[in-house]
Amino acid sequence: MAKPKLKAHHIIREWCKGCGICVHFCPTNVLELDSEDKVTVARAQDCICCLQCELRCPDLAIEVETQTE
Amino acid sequence: MAVKDYIRERFFPHMWCPGCGHGIVLNSMLRAIDALGLSKNEIVMVSGIGCSSRISGYVDFHSLHTLHGRALAFATGVKLSRPELNVIVPMGDGDALAIGGNHFIHAARRNIDLTAVVMNNRIYGMTGGQYSPLSGQGILATTAPYSNIDSDFDVVDLASAAGATFVARTTTYHARQITDLLKAAILHEGFSVVEVMSQCPTYFGRKNRLGSAVDMVERFKKITTPIGSKAKREHPELIERGIFVQKETTEYCSAYDDVIEKAMKGN
Ligand SMILES: Cc1ncc(C[n+]2csc(CCOP(=O)(O)OP(=O)(O)O)c2C)c(N)n1
Ligand code: SF4
Ligand code: SF4
Ligand code: SF4
Repeated sequence: MAKPKLKAHHIIREWCKGCGICVHFCPTNVLELDSEDKVTVARAQDCICCLQCELRCPDLAIEVETQTE
Repeated sequence: MAVKDYIRERFFPHMWCPGCGHGIVLNSMLRAIDALGLSKNEIVMVSGIGCSSRISGYVDFHSLHTLHGRALAFATGVKLSRPELNVIVPMGDGDALAIGGNHFIHAARRNIDLTAVVMNNRIYGMTGGQYSPLSGQGILATTAPYSNIDSDFDVVDLASAAGATFVARTTTYHARQITDLLKAAILHEGFSVVEVMSQCPTYFGRKNRLGSAVDMVERFKKITTPIGSKAKREHPELIERGIFVQKETTEYCSAYDDVIEKAMKGN
């Protein structure tokens, strides 16, 4: 099966409450909280499209769009 | 459909605290419904009162936000009058097993085709952190400042003993498993109970010094294990996750249909 490739992270800033769950459970340390405690994508190139961030976000604030190569 | 097509976006951001596990239950539940390809019109969500019960306001299904502890009674009425609909009943631990404990065991005994989801954060979140029947001994709560002396119910044992025909448990760490269990529970014909161990960082976490929401979710990974695992044999204190009961027996609405048929024949 072809590996999914990252297209984009879609973040709804107003919905993010800065709980840090996505940041902590990302296996490749892609995400960070910014100075306003909102999630931001710091190292998109490291994303392995595992969806751990999207699936565990309690606020439905982060979505990972992928494409299959 | 995308997950967001199943919510009432106008009510977001939702009212739950940062890191509240109830949001993870919502997230995973939407994915279960999406994966089953159910249309919004085929689903009724019936809830009681509590932080957990607020979930019914966020989903774009038929929804009923009822009375504390009474969601299963309302849901029974809905299901008996419209048995073709999928009725999902999310409940807090207090809602399901303190004030609503009687409804819970009798819905299980009747084996009525409802999907009961116990969002178990082991505390009354909405009213400020009182202990619940799922807190357990040694837990600190606003109503147990010197620690709780009451034993807790085991939701799985209670539901199984009361006659539920589908009984499962997981945690908010295991988001994919929540989705898988809910899919199976919704498809199951009979009373299904899915316990999701959920974090209330604001009251349970703070009172019991369990750290942040992240720490609490990490903890769920450490204190649980799949049913029958080697780890369970070596560490009996681990809490098991998975499907404990899955069996077919007469479902309540179909039994009732039989009675109607008999009565119509006049014998
Ligand atoms: C008949 C009745 N009794 C008490 C209350 C007050 N009350 C509201 S929510 C709640 C408990 C909430 O705890 P739980 O069901 O565990 O849900 P959580 O908020 O933790 O998700 C209580 C006691 C009420 N609303 N109605
Ligand atoms: S998809 Fe996986 S790797 Fe990519 S940001 Fe989310 S958690 Fe990290
Ligand atoms: S898990 Fe969701 S709410 Fe929490 S920091 Fe990440 S995007 Fe924000
Ligand atoms: S009080 Fe607890 S249960 Fe209620 S929203 Fe906050 S974290 Fe969630």
